[in-house]
Amino acid sequence: MGRRILFITTDQQRYDTVGANGGCLARTPHLDALAAEGIRYERCQPTSVVCMPSRASMLTGQFPSTHGAWMNGVALAENAPSVAESLHDAGYATALIGKAHFEPFLDPFGRFSENALANLGVPTVESPWFDGRRGVHRGFDFLELATHGVLGPLHYAKWMQAQHPEQLGNFYPVLDRELNVNALGGGDTGAPQVAFNDVPREWYHTDWVADRTIDWLDRQDDDRDWFCWMSFPDPHHPWDPPRSQLGRVPWREVELPANYPTSAHEREALLDQKARHWRAWYDGRVVSNYEAPAKWVPATLRANQVREVNALNAVEVELIDEAIGRVLAVFDRRGWRDDVDVIFTTDHGELQGDFGLLFKGPYHVDGLLRLPLIWRPARASSPTPTVVTAPVSLVSLAATFLHIAQVDVPSWSEGASLPTSDADADVRGFDHSVTEWDSALFGVDVHVRTVVTKEHLYTEYLAGTMHDGSEGELYNLADDPLQRVNRFGDPRYASARAVLSERLRAHALRPGERATPGELVAPV
Amino acid sequence: MASLRHERRIDAPADVVWAVVRDPASIPEWFPGIVSCTVDGARRTVRTATGLDIPEEILTSDPLLRRFAYRITAPLYELHVGTIDVFALDDRSSLCVYGTTALPDTLALIVAGATKGALDEIARLAETSYRQMTE
Repeated sequence: MGRRILFITTDQQRYDTVGANGGCLARTPHLDALAAEGIRYERCQPTSVVCMPSRASMLTGQFPSTHGAWMNGVALAENAPSVAESLHDAGYATALIGKAHFEPFLDPFGRFSENALANLGVPTVESPWFDGRRGVHRGFDFLELATHGVLGPLHYAKWMQAQHPEQLGNFYPVLDRELNVNALGGGDTGAPQVAFNDVPREWYHTDWVADRTIDWLDRQDDDRDWFCWMSFPDPHHPWDPPRSQLGRVPWREVELPANYPTSAHEREALLDQKARHWRAWYDGRVVSNYEAPAKWVPATLRANQVREVNALNAVEVELIDEAIGRVLAVFDRRGWRDDVDVIFTTDHGELQGDFGLLFKGPYHVDGLLRLPLIWRPARASSPTPTVVTAPVSLVSLAATFLHIAQVDVPSWSEGASLPTSDADADVRGFDHSVTEWDSALFGVDVHVRTVVTKEHLYTEYLAGTMHDGSEGELYNLADDPLQRVNRFGDPRYASARAVLSERLRAHALRPGERATPGELVAPV
Repeated sequence: MASLRHERRIDAPADVVWAVVRDPASIPEWFPGIVSCTVDGARRTVRTATGLDIPEEILTSDPLLRRFAYRITAPLYELHVGTIDVFALDDRSSLCVYGTTALPDTLALIVAGATKGALDEIARLAETSYRQMTE
């Protein structure tokens, strides 16, 4: 019997929303306890700041330019590597419960497996669908899926449609009539993607994901090794947590984020230092991708809207933390208390008021790039609580799971197992990490590469319809932790820029086989 | 409004390719994610793998032009026209073109994304049929 693995992800959660990371808006006692007992990473970075490429990297251990799912709406190839498959083949029971999103959501034909699963029941290894050797799908023996709303074909939506149809209208309509991300405002302040939701807490997707995870865990044999990916759709917008829970964080008492410039003049001056698409989006002249409401103009964002969004986000984070606590309690009941590794992270961040912006896009700053990551190794391994400050990447997760399971890391993995201390990071060369962005939608294409070291955050914009290939951003993380002063053109940083640019060149030229880039077949 | 197009060269004569697509009831055989359909005159309703029923109207099925055209009549679509054209390249190969014009634009992207897979299936069926005919 080996070590079991609970992999917990959220969606679009900032580093600073977790108490252990200094967050003071949401109470996260269960995450804080995991961090106190295990390894807390201070500089974890996604391979992409949108869901599908980032999640595909968690599964494959590869960068988007290798696995080929380069943007939302581009399906990860069916034959892509999967850490779940490797664990399945090593004898692990494997499950993914909650949000997968390796395949496009907007798929009325159900030609992608994730979207067809619920309509065909919940297959098991005994009654497999697709390729039996690989488990039900991508190496998972069991999948029960959810996303941010109650419409569509996934299991949670089907459950709500069947069991609680009267609740469907309480949820915010994520998409508008044109299937764009909805700009409709709600709540007390009219903030976009905000709504009061009268759904009872126990029927909200956060508790549903925990309930279904507990149900799956309860069906596992005492002695079986397992890998369970529990994937919460929150705190990604829409921000519509159960109204009964809003008293946890009254929005009027919420302080504005440190990186929210209160005057329009200051906001615009900061944005004008950055590459041109920042200001163009702020002014409503360009929406460079599908990740923000097409009909919302960031310049219209008001301070109270930022307060309300942050309050609702914190409520969602608290509900997730409590749901995690319920799942962790199962381990004591089942006698697994010392045998489970717990890893918690998210797929990317959220701007949440930084620079006067919300949502996400090709804006590689800490709001989107710096992620919470906590690894609480199984207690039986006698872990030493520690903090790792070296830059690490979600691309290391697959190798880390295999390391825990004592399975050889296949050659397809581009990431090495996460360091367990800064000394370990030094020895193993964890000194930078890279994030990629490639988008091409309705005539606008943007291509971004960013490298982060302990000292710097450096971005190059490749040529496309928005940029001519000459623009970039360089921030000194030591004296400018909020990334407000762009030193890309500062001659005093020429040598640092040359070194960082070489890092990106080395990333582009790294050895290894690349999948053919997938085709964009949906916006998300 | 967005108008998108996919095309594919097929190693089978145009008449063989046309035989695959001309029958409105044949769509579950070659359109990924459509699991069944009913046809009543010019009205066709397809059922998808997600359990969704999508109503359509057949606009034309022209054997001389080898052109099949239809539109989705579900309220979500302000406008939709799908066209499948089969052109003879020579007596053993053809070009099949699947066009999608739709409003809202997002729906055009979604449907057109699926039509590429449909062309692959049309090609597979036509080439298999042609091989069997010539063996």
